[in-house]
Amino acid sequence: MINIFKTSKTVSLSIDEFFDKIDLGTLNFKKGVQNYIDGNSNEFALNLKSLGVLESEADTIQRKIENDFYLHSLMPNYASDILNLLESVDDIIDMSKDVLSQFDVETPHMPEAIKKDYLDLVELAAKSSEVVVSAARIFFTSPDAVKDKIQKVLFYHRETDTLSNNIKRKIFQEFDSLKLSEKIHLRYFALHIEQVSDASKNIAHQLSSLVIKIKM
Amino acid sequence: MFLFFLSSGLFLGWTLGANDASNVFGSAVGSKLIRFKQAAIIAAIFVVLGAVLQGSGGSHTLGKLGSIDALGGAFTVALAAGIAVFWMTKLKLPVSTSQAVVGAIIGWNFFTDNPTDINSLTKIVTTWISGPILGGIFAVLLFLLLQFILRKSKIHLIRLDAYIKYALLIVGAFGSYSLGANNIANVVGVFIPSAPNITLDFGFFTLDGTQLLFLVGGISIAVGIITYSKKVMMTVGNSLMKLNAETAIIVVLAHSLVLFVFSSQSLSDLFVRIGLPEIPLVPVSSSQAIVGAIIGIGILKGGRNIHGKVIGKIAMGWLVTPVIAGLISFIALFFMSNVFNLKVSENPSKFVKGDIVVTDDSKSFIDSKTKIIEDFDSTPEETKTFNIYKPAVVIVLIILVLLIIYQLYIINKLKEKDKLEEFQESIDRYNAQQIMLESELRMTTETNLKLEKEIEAKEKEQKKVALSIIRKNEILTKLKAEIEILKSKPENTLKFSDLNTLRILILENLNIENERKSFDKYIKELNNSFFQNLEKKYPGLSNNEKKLCSLLRLKLTSKEIASILNITPKSVEVNRYRLRKKMDLKKEEKLSKIIRKL
Repeated sequence: MINIFKTSKTVSLSIDEFFDKIDLGTLNFKKGVQNYIDGNSNEFALNLKSLGVLESEADTIQRKIENDFYLHSLMPNYASDILNLLESVDDIIDMSKDVLSQFDVETPHMPEAIKKDYLDLVELAAKSSEVVVSAARIFFTSPDAVKDKIQKVLFYHRETDTLSNNIKRKIFQEFDSLKLSEKIHLRYFALHIEQVSDASKNIAHQLSSLVIKIKM
Repeated sequence: MFLFFLSSGLFLGWTLGANDASNVFGSAVGSKLIRFKQAAIIAAIFVVLGAVLQGSGGSHTLGKLGSIDALGGAFTVALAAGIAVFWMTKLKLPVSTSQAVVGAIIGWNFFTDNPTDINSLTKIVTTWISGPILGGIFAVLLFLLLQFILRKSKIHLIRLDAYIKYALLIVGAFGSYSLGANNIANVVGVFIPSAPNITLDFGFFTLDGTQLLFLVGGISIAVGIITYSKKVMMTVGNSLMKLNAETAIIVVLAHSLVLFVFSSQSLSDLFVRIGLPEIPLVPVSSSQAIVGAIIGIGILKGGRNIHGKVIGKIAMGWLVTPVIAGLISFIALFFMSNVFNLKVSENPSKFVKGDIVVTDDSKSFIDSKTKIIEDFDSTPEETKTFNIYKPAVVIVLIILVLLIIYQLYIINKLKEKDKLEEFQESIDRYNAQQIMLESELRMTTETNLKLEKEIEAKEKEQKKVALSIIRKNEILTKLKAEIEILKSKPENTLKFSDLNTLRILILENLNIENERKSFDKYIKELNNSFFQNLEKKYPGLSNNEKKLCSLLRLKLTSKEIASILNITPKSVEVNRYRLRKKMDLKKEEKLSKIIRKL
């Protein structure tokens, strides 16, 4: 009981550190895809490596937070919800790393005409993830302010969805020079990037229910 | 004798502790923010402190409602109230001890034809209404204030959780103190006119008879908290409304403030000094205050989550408790007076038949106390003072030593328990492994059986083919003999039927080569591992010798082998002899046996 202040301070710092890792991960993801599209293979490799390190660090911090929650009975009524939230936030960096690895392994061929669309897509997906992480961060200090952020996340998710569909349509209808296999390959990459924004949307929904629960 | 009569008051204190501690720590324990053990220890300590230091305020009002002038009467009244509260507690309903006591006192008034002080009764009943309302108002104001502070301060939720846990303990301690201060009057208030006329000197402080009475009453409440309050805590914590941590703090704080306001003489004096009306110092219903606070917050939040049925049940308990307590009190007084001839009042009652026989003890006791009862506030003429500083130090030391021994015992017990659990765990693990191995063994046995059956089937098939070859060789020999007979006949005597017989014989044997091939295939398939072992052990064997070995393995006789290999039985014998030599077998070793072992 005496150590509870110290523990709570450590856990709150760990949560902040965890969100920092996810933020950095998102930036590396965005930069990594941009470098791949621009053909900067060395920079891309560096981004992929950094993302791997960040993902592993985020996992370690998440496990530590989980352990502290159970060990010190922190917020017994909301512990499972909060830990689920952190788990979902961790999914973002996991997914980002997977997408970047797929770029590295599968090296999809990108026609010049579609490169800009992909850059915009990754920008939107990263934006949705940045905003949702900021919403999750602010949930711990001002739950009332989460609502505004959630609206932004949903907006970016919708935009990502639309752009992803446009890219798919463009690939299959306008690029006759591409083989079917190449078209399908490109479509999968649009889908993978889109999944990052889907994960952000799920977190936004989790956050809204958590805010209601905590305010009850 | 006094201690015996006080036992009913202590029972009432026990029921109060069991029941009303839930109002202080129920929300915190119910929402699992504080462990019951922690809550019980803090509540017990602060209840005793509140009772001893600030318990006198409410006792005066109860004394005015009905000054119970006989020890037997006080005993019966406290017992009746205690039974009523215990009954309600058993039904897991948060009841008011104040109402039970008031009901029991009115029962006594009715029994003894004593006039009930309407003024005091009005004061008390007013608190039944103002208590919950004030609780609600305090709760709403404090809730809004806390919300404002939280919005402005932006404390991290995890740190807020830690602050809340501490705040719940502090507020709970304050609540327990207020509970002790306010409700001790319910427990021992009826015994004050009969309090022993002694003063105990503890060195640093002294306790007079009334304070000692409050101390004993406080301890009985503490015992009630520790032994029986857990069940009720769970009811208040969860049934009425879902409470989060912040709400739990507000609810307990509002309830504690209500109790404190109605028991603090200093606050009442302060009110008078600044020109406000005096606060009535009345034992307030702790349950009503807490329920008022919860309803206040519920209304502020839009009336959601309030379980109407539970509130209805509690309200029913409020109405029923004083009535039941009054009835029990009346019946008990009737019973005590008429069956045990116990004097329950100085005034003769119309409900008591015959003369009252007063025992010597109680008579002398009552005589010595008559003066005190007549003037409650007057100072007793003779006060015995006991210096118990040294004995108290010795007792504390003994208690400390006992506690250390108990702690060591507990630690030892825990260690043993850990060891036992570890042992049990290893046994479980061993059992699980055994079950797994058994299942693996069963599976292997089943597979082996299946394989054995397959081998058996193949051996049968092989034998069938072998026998077929033998039979066909016999037919060929027969054919050869037939041809020899035909050859010996004169040229012109050959008939068509003779040729036809030969044709049929040949047709039957047309497939002989195919079957031989099939037989070889079977042999190879069946004896795959056998050939490997044979080669490993006897590397110099030729293909024909290996074939011979495989046929010997099938337990075929030399004649049958000869027929299959299309050689004479004599040749088989010779081959067997050569094989023995190559395998370097001794005379006593049987060739077929050794081959089957491979």
